[in-house]
Amino acid sequence: MHLLLFLIFAGFCLAGAANLLLQSHPINSALSLIVVMTSLAVLYLLLGAEFLAAAQIIVYAGAIMVLFVFVVMLLNAGREDRTRGSRAARAVGLPAVVAILAVLATIILRAKGLGGVALSQGITTTEELSRVLFSELLLPFEVTSVLILIAILGAVALARNDGERPAAK
Amino acid sequence: MNFSSLLQQEVPVTWYLLLSALLFSLGVVGFLIKRNLITVFMSIELMLNAVNLSFVTFAHQWLHCDPLLSQACMLAQPHAVRGQIFVFFVMVVAAAEAAVGLAIIIAVFRTRATLAVDRIDLMKL
Repeated sequence: MHLLLFLIFAGFCLAGAANLLLQSHPINSALSLIVVMTSLAVLYLLLGAEFLAAAQIIVYAGAIMVLFVFVVMLLNAGREDRTRGSRAARAVGLPAVVAILAVLATIILRAKGLGGVALSQGITTTEELSRVLFSELLLPFEVTSVLILIAILGAVALARNDGERPAAK
Repeated sequence: MNFSSLLQQEVPVTWYLLLSALLFSLGVVGFLIKRNLITVFMSIELMLNAVNLSFVTFAHQWLHCDPLLSQACMLAQPHAVRGQIFVFFVMVVAAAEAAVGLAIIIAVFRTRATLAVDRIDLMKL
């Protein structure tokens, strides 16, 4: 059962990621990214992380992707023009990606004693997680809330039309 | 096959890690070949998600390993939940990054009236 679920949702993940690359319209890419994030939430659940699965759906597939889709529609982003791009990015970048993937795969495959994941292993409850988060890691948690506040201010300041500069040339 | 044997069925941890590595590489490829500013930004989100998957996998690994078998497991087990908390922090930072990044994209679009990365090659607005 675990194997079946893993194969299905890993397949969804990879198909969604590949579709993100192949689609030329940004809205299609955004929708395939939602597929990737939702399947990742299921994989988190298989790994026993119930809180993260919920947060993944609410924060990533919900909030962040709504923001993306909203911006795509706001800017009326059309089909992208397929240019060659920079030659250096293709000549150096793509072989580098293959090299990185090869190195990662060899390291992962050579690792010993990693064991397996089964459904019977139980899940980390939100209670256990929050007990650590709100006692030992309270300061980092509070700092991230300040970070979010600054990000909100920054986003508003950046996206606001100040009216002095003429809009679009 | 009865129900309990279905529950016992295992998937190797390496498969999850390989999936994470593959997703990360697809994100990098997207970053390199996509020519739309918003899609490039989506590829970055894909990379963040791939890394999150490996964090959750390792957290699971240390939570459910056998402390009697390895020294590393015995040392890591009290802190195993922190792997998941780290993912939580990554999500928070990603949300902040998405908000600011999209605001920058709107600001760029307002002055250039284009989203093609080839034509956005100056930092100056």
